[in-house]
Amino acid sequence: MSAPVLEIHNVSVSYGGVVPAVVGVDLTVGPGEIVGIIGESGSGKSTLAHSILGLLPKAARVRGDRFVLAGNTILDADRTTLSVLRGPSAAMIFQNPMAAFSPIHTLGKQLVDLLWRDRDQTVATKRERIIAALKQVGIPDPMGKLDAYPFQLSGGMLQRVAIAAALLMRPALLVADEPTTALDVTMEAQILHLMRSLRKTAGVSILIISHHLGVIAEICDRVAVMYAGQIVEEGAVETIFSDPRHPYTQALFACEPALIPTGVGRLPVIAGEVPRPGGTGCDFAGRCRFTEERCLTLSPPWVSASADPRHHARCHRSKP
Amino acid sequence: MSATPALIEATKLSVDVPAKWLPFARVKPLSILLDVSLAIRSGEIVCMVGESGSGKTTFGRALLGLVKPSSGRITLEGAALADFSAKSFRAVRRQAALLFQDPLSSFNPRQRIGAMIAEPRRIARSGSTRMEDLVALAQQVGLSERFLSRFPHALSGGQARRAAVARALSVIPKLIVADEPTAGLDVSVQGGVLNLFLELREQHRTAFLVITHNLSVARHIADRIVILYLGRVVESGPASEIFRAPKHPYTRALLDSEPVPDPAKRRTEPPVLGEVPSIAARPEGCEFHTRCPFAQARCRVEAPTLADEPGHRQVACHFPLPAASAAAVRGLHVVSR
Repeated sequence: MSAPVLEIHNVSVSYGGVVPAVVGVDLTVGPGEIVGIIGESGSGKSTLAHSILGLLPKAARVRGDRFVLAGNTILDADRTTLSVLRGPSAAMIFQNPMAAFSPIHTLGKQLVDLLWRDRDQTVATKRERIIAALKQVGIPDPMGKLDAYPFQLSGGMLQRVAIAAALLMRPALLVADEPTTALDVTMEAQILHLMRSLRKTAGVSILIISHHLGVIAEICDRVAVMYAGQIVEEGAVETIFSDPRHPYTQALFACEPALIPTGVGRLPVIAGEVPRPGGTGCDFAGRCRFTEERCLTLSPPWVSASADPRHHARCHRSKP
Repeated sequence: MSATPALIEATKLSVDVPAKWLPFARVKPLSILLDVSLAIRSGEIVCMVGESGSGKTTFGRALLGLVKPSSGRITLEGAALADFSAKSFRAVRRQAALLFQDPLSSFNPRQRIGAMIAEPRRIARSGSTRMEDLVALAQQVGLSERFLSRFPHALSGGQARRAAVARALSVIPKLIVADEPTAGLDVSVQGGVLNLFLELREQHRTAFLVITHNLSVARHIADRIVILYLGRVVESGPASEIFRAPKHPYTRALLDSEPVPDPAKRRTEPPVLGEVPSIAARPEGCEFHTRCPFAQARCRVEAPTLADEPGHRQVACHFPLPAASAAAVRGLHVVSR
């Protein structure tokens, strides 16, 4: 395999230097790979995604051993350097496509403005590039859409435009933060299908964040489960879905309504809330049904969890 | 069906909005909801499913008079409402509560949770607003005493949802209309809200109209399912039957679209293409024909009517899917881990 698109080693993010949000995360995204991050709200998955693009608020501090995006170390980069990397190295699509565009400018104007770096190109050339990109994401009548305002398009169509806008930058990595949460199931299926085909047609790697297990199962190659700012389990999507080892992953799967047979009287829940990261012992100990003495005092090790060499879990109980 | 009148029954309920605000002075009003009939009995959970823009939220609101119906009839425990004035809807609202899609935006940000859940009792002049009783009410939905003195911003999504349920319960309604009760909740707490509904049904025989686009939620709690498309009912019937053998191609498309949390069951093609047509330009004939994989010449010219099918089912399709092909539906009810 050639050099990974994203390589993170022992990266932590804290707000104001005191409130930890992400703690010691290792993550690698290879070329053409689709990696998913699942976890509850408050688990730090969005903070991690935003740190890749340097979109964190000023109060956030990113520290770590290694943070390489498409060959560029971004750990000590200032905001100007990060803004130059944004686009060619990584682009992001957000949960709510309606909020991603300005409501008072036409899509054509906004997309042309996006290409401001290409100063030697005429507007006509840029419009042609945009039309080609819109065609690639399956928008009917791309020419006409250039004069449309965001409110004239449905959520699904607008999310396609957002993906097209991200692809115009020819990014090595596409970061998608809950890209289908605001969409209907029929549109969700279409967008997921589009994202999967983009890896071939546009050659991007994708890092997708979702709390919807169905979405992750649908398009990912590899999955990382995040809890309280840490990755607690990671492995190939087939391994994680067929043989989850961390008690948190197991509990998450047990709660998924689509996996529960009909007719069960009560639906399972995970009692309690995600704690603030960085406590002593295992962060999940307070909600885990297997909690032992050592879970409360010792941080669990990151160990191999099954025969699959890429499957790891952060739990005292998993045996290498 | 039983002889006792339904708790609430809507007959051919329609909601139009005048289109005067549109440019070029279009005179014809836009129909958001067209001839929707639905009866809900005590202790029954009915799920209304459809894509955004299908009119499901409008129906829930029209039932409680928050949107004024333009035609149709609403019958409450056998007695029809005289008209759709605010005064006649007061009778409905005394029996019913609405859980809004976004609980936080339905709270007063400057009112503490305790005062909020006491307010319906004060207005209805029924039930006690003493502290012990409010604590008991909050505990019923799984909120401890300390939440009563908190402001809405200090609640998490799941807690806010519970507080909204507590407010709805404070006057023990016979009907709860829940608009997307699990939207924005983590799977780990979704179950808690749904369990709460099931408990209320057992304890008070509360009826529920749950408006959702999440089919796996509907599968677990619904007794009956109503599928809306562009403001019309396209299929309705007992939940188990609809999930086992959908008859309308749209229902089947919805079931097929739901991503299955199993990497081995990936789809190669999205099950339904295109998007919902605009209600300002409804397609001729069957309104689903533009996206239907089974559409034939007749579907393009003649609109199907909602016809009764065996087993208390209704479907509006010229060519309902046979049970055999419907059995091939990939997805939800197939659990293999």
